[in-house]
Amino acid sequence: MDNEVTPEYKKAIITLLYQLADDDYLFSYRGSEWLGLAPHIEEDVAFSSITQDTMGHAKLYYTLLEELGEGAVDSLAQLRPKEERCNSLLVERPNGEGYYKEAPNYDWGYAVARNFIYTTSKKAKMDALKASSYAPIREVAVKISTELYYHQMHWTTWFTQLFTATEKSRSRMITALQEVIKDAGDLLSYGKAASHITSCELIEQEAAVKKRWLAIVTPTFKAVEIAIPVLPKPIMNGRNGQHTDDLTSAIETMSEVYRSDLTASW
Amino acid sequence: MTTTGLYEAHIYEVLDTVKDPEIDTVSIMDLGMIERVQVNNGHIRIEVLPTFSGCPALTIIQQNIKKAVEQLEDVREVSVVFINHPTWTSDRVTEKGREGLKQFGIAPPPRFLQEDGSWHVDCPYCGSTYVTLENIFGPTACRSILYCKSCKNPFEAMKIISTSM
Repeated sequence: MDNEVTPEYKKAIITLLYQLADDDYLFSYRGSEWLGLAPHIEEDVAFSSITQDTMGHAKLYYTLLEELGEGAVDSLAQLRPKEERCNSLLVERPNGEGYYKEAPNYDWGYAVARNFIYTTSKKAKMDALKASSYAPIREVAVKISTELYYHQMHWTTWFTQLFTATEKSRSRMITALQEVIKDAGDLLSYGKAASHITSCELIEQEAAVKKRWLAIVTPTFKAVEIAIPVLPKPIMNGRNGQHTDDLTSAIETMSEVYRSDLTASW
Repeated sequence: MTTTGLYEAHIYEVLDTVKDPEIDTVSIMDLGMIERVQVNNGHIRIEVLPTFSGCPALTIIQQNIKKAVEQLEDVREVSVVFINHPTWTSDRVTEKGREGLKQFGIAPPPRFLQEDGSWHVDCPYCGSTYVTLENIFGPTACRSILYCKSCKNPFEAMKIISTSM
């Protein structure tokens, strides 16, 4: 089943790995900004645990990139500028107004909606990646799925509860979901390299993964009696290196300590 | 005929002395983390399965394995590598490991995932089945937080991890 690693095949693997790695890295960063701010202490424990797992997932992908000669894991995560990043728009969006150390005015409804949409789409991708032509990707997808199981259960519970608790929570979730979906156009896109990635059979076509995603979320949307949102066509596509300035500031904050002494052993 | 006297069995004995950095009643052998040991003329290669992807103890474990094995006579070089295949699952924890976890106050991972996805944990202190799940997530990536209604103790349980998830 494993193809020989020709230069063209290798290029496709690297392109896909950057998308997967950068998505989890930024998603984890946004999660870390919630530390100490979640609605109650049990949620703080759960959310930070999920965030830690997710940073581990990013590391698994960056490690595969390191093994393919792309550079050291830490510099891949910390030092690449905005233009080289391949994460989706959804994960670079800030958590809300303010700054986490000072007057963070973050919306929990937005966090739950984003985490639910991100996690379910990640699940769809992992299921598809289990059939990847590249064995190291298949293996990582199996590994990640064992942990993702708990993440998906967690965000599905919150998503369902906030949609069905009170009229106020429902209306706030409807608004939050609209905000999230607006940015979700490139979430299940592979960008301009799509045909190359899929012809190498690294992952199935975008439409097939979208179908998987629909099958995953349909029971939840049915339960909360909300129409399943249609993922829009991307206005900007993060897979092609198109990003907002929010990504620049996220990278700057995240890598501040690392950049302060590049030779230090952390 | 000469022999270095260095065999895989010796390495495994040493590996059983390398403890989980946070749970000193279980070794990395007990946790089922060691997949393969290769000995080749003083060069040792040890393949380790990471438990949870984001666990910060993994690097410490890697260093501790290296240090412990380097103490053996006739060892020239030790490489400790993490591999992703097979995936670590919680049923790799041995009988001795399950006992070790209990001694520490952590319920061992549930053995079977029932068909409906449910699983069951007993209190590690009194053995009662009358427990409630407070939080699937806990203070470390591998543990959940529970409460025993019988002996009124909060306790932790190792999460079930299965490739069927």
